[in-house]
Amino acid sequence: MNLNQSAPPVPPFGQPQPAYLGHHQSSYGGQPGSTTAPTSYGAYNGPVPGYQQTPPPGVSRAPPSSGAPPASTAQGPCGQTAYGQFGQGDVQNGPSSTVQMQRLPGYQPFGSAVLAPVVSQPAVLQPYGPPPTSAQVTAQLAGMQISGAVAPASPPSGLGYGPPTSLASASGSFPNSGLYGSYPQGQAPPLGQAQGHPGAQPPQRSVPPQASSFTPPASGGPRMPSMTGPLLPGQSFGGPPVSQPNHVSSPAPQVLPPGTQMTGPPGPPPPPMHSSQQPGYQLQQNGSYGPTRGPQSNYGSPYPGAAAFGSQPGPPQPLPPKRLDPDAIPSPIQVIEDDRNNRGSEPFVTGVRGQVPPLVTTNFLVKDQGNASPRYIRCTSYNIPCTSDMAKQAQVPLAAVIKPLARLPPEEASPYVVDHGESGPLRCNRCKAYMCPFMQFVEGGRRFQCCFCSCINDVPPQYFQHLDHTGKRVDAYDRPELSLGSYEFLATVDYCKNNKFPSPPAFIFMIDVSYNAIRSGLVRLLCEELKSLLDFLPREGGAEESAVRVGFVTYNKVLHFYNVKSSLAQPQMMVVSDVGDMFVPLLDGFLVNVNESQAVITSLLDQIPEMFADTRETETVFAPVIQAGMEALKAAECAGKLFLFHTSLPIAEAPGKLKNRDDRKLINTDKEKTLFQPQTGAYQTLAKECVAQGCCVDLFLFPNQYVDVATLSVVPQLTGGSVYKYACFQVENDQERFLSDLRRDVQKVVGFDAVMRVRTSTGIRAVDFFGAFYMSNTTDVELAGLDGDKTVTVEFKHDDRLNEESGALLQCALLYTSCAGQRRLRIHNLALNCCTQLADLYRNCETDTLINYMAKFAYRGVLNSPVKTVRDTLITQCAQILACYRKNCASPSSAGQLILPECMKLLPVYLNCVLKSDVLQPGAEVTTDDRAYVRQLVTSMDVAETNVFFYPRLLPLTKSPIENTTEPPAVRASDERLSNGDIYLLENGLNLFLWVGASVQQGVVQSLFGVSSFSQITSGLSVLPVLDNLLSKKVRGLIDSLRAQRSRYMKLIVVKQEDKLETLFKHFLVEDKSLSGGASYVDFLCHMHKEIRQLLS
Amino acid sequence: MATYLEFIQQNEERDGVRFSWNVWPSSRLEATRMVVPLACILTPLKERPDLPPVQYEPVLCSRPTCKAILNPLCQVDYRAKLWACNFCFQRNQFPPAYAGISEVNQPAELMPQFSTVEYVIQRGAQSPLIFLYVVDTCLEEDDLQALKESLQMSLSLLPPDAMVGLITFGRMVQVHELSCEGISKSYVFRGTKDLTAKQIQDMLGLTKPAMPVHPAHPAQPQEHPSISSRFLQPIHKIDMNLTDLLGELQRDPWPVPQGKRPLRSTGVALSIAVGLLEGTFPNTGARIMLFVGGPPTQGPGMVVGDELKVPIRSWHDIEKDNARFMKKATKHYEMLANRAAANGHCVDIYACALDQTGLLEMKCCTNLTGGHMVMGDSFNTSLFKQTFQRIFSKDFNGNFRMAFGATLEVKTSRELKVAGAIGPCVSLNVKGPCVSENELGVGGTSQWKICGLDPTSTLGIYFEVVNQHNAPIPQGGRGAIQFVTHYQHSSTQRRIRATTIARNWADAQSQLKHIEAAFDQEAAAVLMARLGVFRAESEEGPDVLRWLDRQLIRLCQKFGQYTKEDPSSFRLSDSFSLYPQFMFHLRRSPFLQVFNNSPDESSYYRHHFARQDLTQSLIMIQPILYSYSFHGPPESKR
Repeated sequence: MNLNQSAPPVPPFGQPQPAYLGHHQSSYGGQPGSTTAPTSYGAYNGPVPGYQQTPPPGVSRAPPSSGAPPASTAQGPCGQTAYGQFGQGDVQNGPSSTVQMQRLPGYQPFGSAVLAPVVSQPAVLQPYGPPPTSAQVTAQLAGMQISGAVAPASPPSGLGYGPPTSLASASGSFPNSGLYGSYPQGQAPPLGQAQGHPGAQPPQRSVPPQASSFTPPASGGPRMPSMTGPLLPGQSFGGPPVSQPNHVSSPAPQVLPPGTQMTGPPGPPPPPMHSSQQPGYQLQQNGSYGPTRGPQSNYGSPYPGAAAFGSQPGPPQPLPPKRLDPDAIPSPIQVIEDDRNNRGSEPFVTGVRGQVPPLVTTNFLVKDQGNASPRYIRCTSYNIPCTSDMAKQAQVPLAAVIKPLARLPPEEASPYVVDHGESGPLRCNRCKAYMCPFMQFVEGGRRFQCCFCSCINDVPPQYFQHLDHTGKRVDAYDRPELSLGSYEFLATVDYCKNNKFPSPPAFIFMIDVSYNAIRSGLVRLLCEELKSLLDFLPREGGAEESAVRVGFVTYNKVLHFYNVKSSLAQPQMMVVSDVGDMFVPLLDGFLVNVNESQAVITSLLDQIPEMFADTRETETVFAPVIQAGMEALKAAECAGKLFLFHTSLPIAEAPGKLKNRDDRKLINTDKEKTLFQPQTGAYQTLAKECVAQGCCVDLFLFPNQYVDVATLSVVPQLTGGSVYKYACFQVENDQERFLSDLRRDVQKVVGFDAVMRVRTSTGIRAVDFFGAFYMSNTTDVELAGLDGDKTVTVEFKHDDRLNEESGALLQCALLYTSCAGQRRLRIHNLALNCCTQLADLYRNCETDTLINYMAKFAYRGVLNSPVKTVRDTLITQCAQILACYRKNCASPSSAGQLILPECMKLLPVYLNCVLKSDVLQPGAEVTTDDRAYVRQLVTSMDVAETNVFFYPRLLPLTKSPIENTTEPPAVRASDERLSNGDIYLLENGLNLFLWVGASVQQGVVQSLFGVSSFSQITSGLSVLPVLDNLLSKKVRGLIDSLRAQRSRYMKLIVVKQEDKLETLFKHFLVEDKSLSGGASYVDFLCHMHKEIRQLLS
Repeated sequence: MATYLEFIQQNEERDGVRFSWNVWPSSRLEATRMVVPLACILTPLKERPDLPPVQYEPVLCSRPTCKAILNPLCQVDYRAKLWACNFCFQRNQFPPAYAGISEVNQPAELMPQFSTVEYVIQRGAQSPLIFLYVVDTCLEEDDLQALKESLQMSLSLLPPDAMVGLITFGRMVQVHELSCEGISKSYVFRGTKDLTAKQIQDMLGLTKPAMPVHPAHPAQPQEHPSISSRFLQPIHKIDMNLTDLLGELQRDPWPVPQGKRPLRSTGVALSIAVGLLEGTFPNTGARIMLFVGGPPTQGPGMVVGDELKVPIRSWHDIEKDNARFMKKATKHYEMLANRAAANGHCVDIYACALDQTGLLEMKCCTNLTGGHMVMGDSFNTSLFKQTFQRIFSKDFNGNFRMAFGATLEVKTSRELKVAGAIGPCVSLNVKGPCVSENELGVGGTSQWKICGLDPTSTLGIYFEVVNQHNAPIPQGGRGAIQFVTHYQHSSTQRRIRATTIARNWADAQSQLKHIEAAFDQEAAAVLMARLGVFRAESEEGPDVLRWLDRQLIRLCQKFGQYTKEDPSSFRLSDSFSLYPQFMFHLRRSPFLQVFNNSPDESSYYRHHFARQDLTQSLIMIQPILYSYSFHGPPESKR
């Protein structure tokens, strides 16, 4: 089980690695040509050094590794060595294959070794200590392997096998391991490391490549075995844990390159390494594992646990706490940092087909040169298998995450609007695809061939233009639709409902005025806010005044409509009690222009809180409210959006009445899915009507208890709306969050009454869609409303062969009504490569997007299947993907090695996060409503949001110098990375925690909280005091900037170490084992390895 | 009392009663041979400036089935302080308060000139007058403006403690809450959906025991007598509010496409009005005033669709059974009328439009509850304005000329039974010994409810002589009838007016001349006309005419003097001489002829005919042509 991403050895691998390094492009170039070994190597070496360089401390390792590879006979050896190193860490197929093969034997031995009781470990460690050098990597591997291989094989055998390969890999690390070994024994050192690490780690990062840890350099075959032994003990022992934390910290630093080249570096620099080289540590651990058979046995036990993962509800795994050095396994932080460093600096130019864009976590500019920006479309893979057989084999879902109205940074221009006048946009006669840069003009420009269906169409005379010598239209660069990936057409009347140009949309505010809403102060707050907020309705372009009209409704058991016509002296209230058969009581005066009716509206908003101040009405209705809003829009013949502010379960006698069906006993039963399903079909029917009318529903919930989010969110979900939930809303605590969300929601640009259609080249077609929308047929995504945050994930399947030459094209066309009432078509085009080699597929994958798809797939799955089944499906699919890679792309190696494709090395950790999420594995404190809420939230998240949602960002605040104004580098989300002398921020897009270590310097406490000691800090504090000092300003500034990055306001919660709130916080440390039974990263990786091995055997 | 004419006139002035026969045939057989039934025209609340009401309660016969009121015809034993009921012959003790009576010290009700006495009941809570305006807003701008002004004007005419409410309707129905400050509030109902009374009350929040409004302010005791409704408030409290509200009334805002009628939910509006009062003030006098400017075009009670190309039903359509909505609509309004009547609420319809407005279907609302029906071309005409103003006219005491929730009870001596009544009333279905099995008009009961009446409201009451031929009535025997009307006076007092009359019996064989001479041909003509019109409501026109003709022929046969085969020899006595002529005019009156009249007009004429007093009725049957000259007062001409 080599964990790491594909390693450098094999040419293909080589490529991936370089990629990480940032070199990739060049390296890729070289690698493809792998034939030229030297160059490629050079490249590799190059990168490697690079890696090493970063981690000066690690240098020692690096040298060895780097040195080693070269030393090892030309390429061949290198490859092996590399593999050895990478073996675990790097998936790199090419090299790995061979190397792995070799290693495998070595690993297997470990497996056998496992038998030895843990107890032995300590002893072993010491002995190993010496040998360990090579072992490290293997150790990790071993861990992995162990899980996979229960084989009783005797250690010796392992030795025998391993010596060559395993040794090689391990060797590099060994030194470290040895050191480590010592650490464990001497606890003091570890501690020192631990502390030191935080600081030290960063620098090291470069060094650490996880991959390396996995596959130790080829140094000594024998070492490997020994290594393993020692490592294990280390972990298992009390001592080791300490060291681990250190390690942990260190690994983070290693992050990037390490994976690939790790192998090289790790080995050599033993002693010095400690602090610097986390990889080394890992190795050690590994080594320890190996040696101590004990560990193996542990593994064995762990596996059972691992097996449990799939089903895993709660039972903690029997496994010993840690088997693998967390630093040795692929680190998201490292990957993110690498990508940021390597790709953040240059703009991403979309001209080339099938380019993998930078990660979502990287800040980069996009230059549209014919393909849609990744801000609009991201794919799971930018290289699609030509045949469905290949696709099936790989099991890699082919999906695109599309955000048609994505907001762009100010530096990037929004899509040009093309007006073709009366004739409307030019389209293919057969498949109706819109004119795009991929259309081929033929016959001197008189005709064009559709790039999607190959139909030859005439070019209308007014559109005719001559071609240049390359067959390109002369005016190609004058026309956005011929040169850009994204652009808009003005739609003609044919594209409008009832063949009438739409009227400007309307916003209707529908406010619950039952007892709860009044008492919590919500109504007063909201009315007050609306008075000013209404001046900021979305407007198009530079329009002076928003075209959006507004209307007001309040309700409890009955509905109150308000006539706010500008000619009235005071508003008129119209009560509709016939909730069973809702209708709109007035037409004129309900929807008004804000400016014209300013006075009346203000008067109304003043009076609403007064009118209901004494209400005793506790019952509410819900469906009739939506119905009313929809009818109002229908009567006004416009599309629009309803803003619903609702507090309680609608139990009043009316359609859509709900009962409290919250039942935690259903969790982990076959009936669990009912918790996610709506109680009644009435809401689907209602939603359908809403969609037909272009009525989008945004729901703000303020529940004090169960409100059945699963049912209430049906309409927002199907109409492209959003749901916001503020449990136990109190004005003092939640006002800022609510108002901020509200402002943003009201002001954001929205498209209404939209239809989205995704067209593809012949060969594949869109078969499945995920997101907040409604579909009445199998191809058209209907969205009553669509804003810049909403994302639709589309899955493609083959229905024919694709052609490598022509690639695969996607065209996403969105027909919508802008907020000024203009009917438009937004077109996004994207060209992808096609491949006949699986390796190409794996090399061009995007793990974040993959996770986005898989999460949405799973979250939809829970509606129909037991959660356990869904989890198992996910794990199986992931295992299949990796197994396929291993089988077809990775170089032969020991089955005990976990080899991950470079592009997917984070797949296990991310997948584990998905599996541990509240929806799939709820903790005791997670309510049914929370789960339903999260479920529907994720459904329309984009890649960046899912990325941080599943793997929260943990930012140390006090590690970097105060003067440093840039965002501090993140650390891995694990308890082990927290130092009690520091303060951390954790955010996942919905929550924001400020964790304060118990032994934080008093000065820091004082300057941040304005109190003199840790104990005086109020736990659960949600606002930091405004203090005039650098640290306070910096932290508050950082919090603000984090909030600005997310589509929803994150409420801050200050958590003190050892405080009871800490449990809540720890829930987000996703690399750790969770209280609800979620596996730790390491455990999960082992489990995954076992699954893969099962598939392979 | 020289002549019958004078006798009749005197009786009419004193009691508001005119009989077709003033001497009664003494047997059933003879009575049926008289052709014109024994009947009377009764104006229960005939204005009697000379008759001050007595401030005590009437003395009733103690027999539970009788309960007749002590009257001048009773035999009184002043010494024993006993009186004998002249209907059932029960002997009754005077109540203690009458201890002091003697021949010279008689209470008013025993004096012969007080055959009609009005008692004021002091017991029981007085309930205020209630006026519920139900206003159509699908009007032309100037019509609506005129109507608004009329309504505002009417507010100033109401007594300050009168309760008022406002419902407006068009496509929707709005029930306005009148008590709220700062914001005008109304409850809105869909105009297409029929709701039960319960639903309406639920939706208006009337069913909850305690109002959720202001429970937080316990100290507001002065409010609570009439808390039951936010929709009906004393005028003095919300005068300004309501005036403003009326002033701000807008035309129905829903667009009316070319070629369509506006959607007008009259049926639902009325249903809600009835339901509202039913839930808040049952068995209390109340007036629902419905103002419509066109036909109901949607929902229950719709009379015509909204397509202008489909005209509203005509008599022709009705005859061809081609009036799609008529039966259903009629049923709807009948149901409402009956509910309103059961609660003592009357419904007025003020319909002003150039086309028909569906009065045919809605007529029962006014006819069964004693409401007014006004038909005009526009609210912006003096016809409407003055008519409307006159509704609120006052009598010499400054009280409205209107009374509410009346019950008319008829008691007869044994030889007579009550066959029915024709007028703005509904049967209360009270069976008793004096109820005839034969029905003429609304029969089968001895009591009727008249929800709204004024001093001129007049009913026709029909009797049957049940005395058998072989049981002669002793010489000088008199038949007696007592009319007892309980009602709510416009001063909000409960009152009882009792009228007791008696007539001589005569043997028709031996004393035909007497009977003949006592024939009141004017009353007879009106009573027969009412019967005819009543029949016309349910029978084909020609059948009614044939029936009328046959009655006339039989009457002439019976009382005319002629030689067979010699038309010129035909003579009728003076007391019959005008009768044929009335019948002639009646035949061609709009009450029986529908030619050249729309169904609405026919309904309108019949409505009025069924409630006017004798003089008015006669004029309506036989219009008087006045000739004016500079040389003298107008003269009436034939």
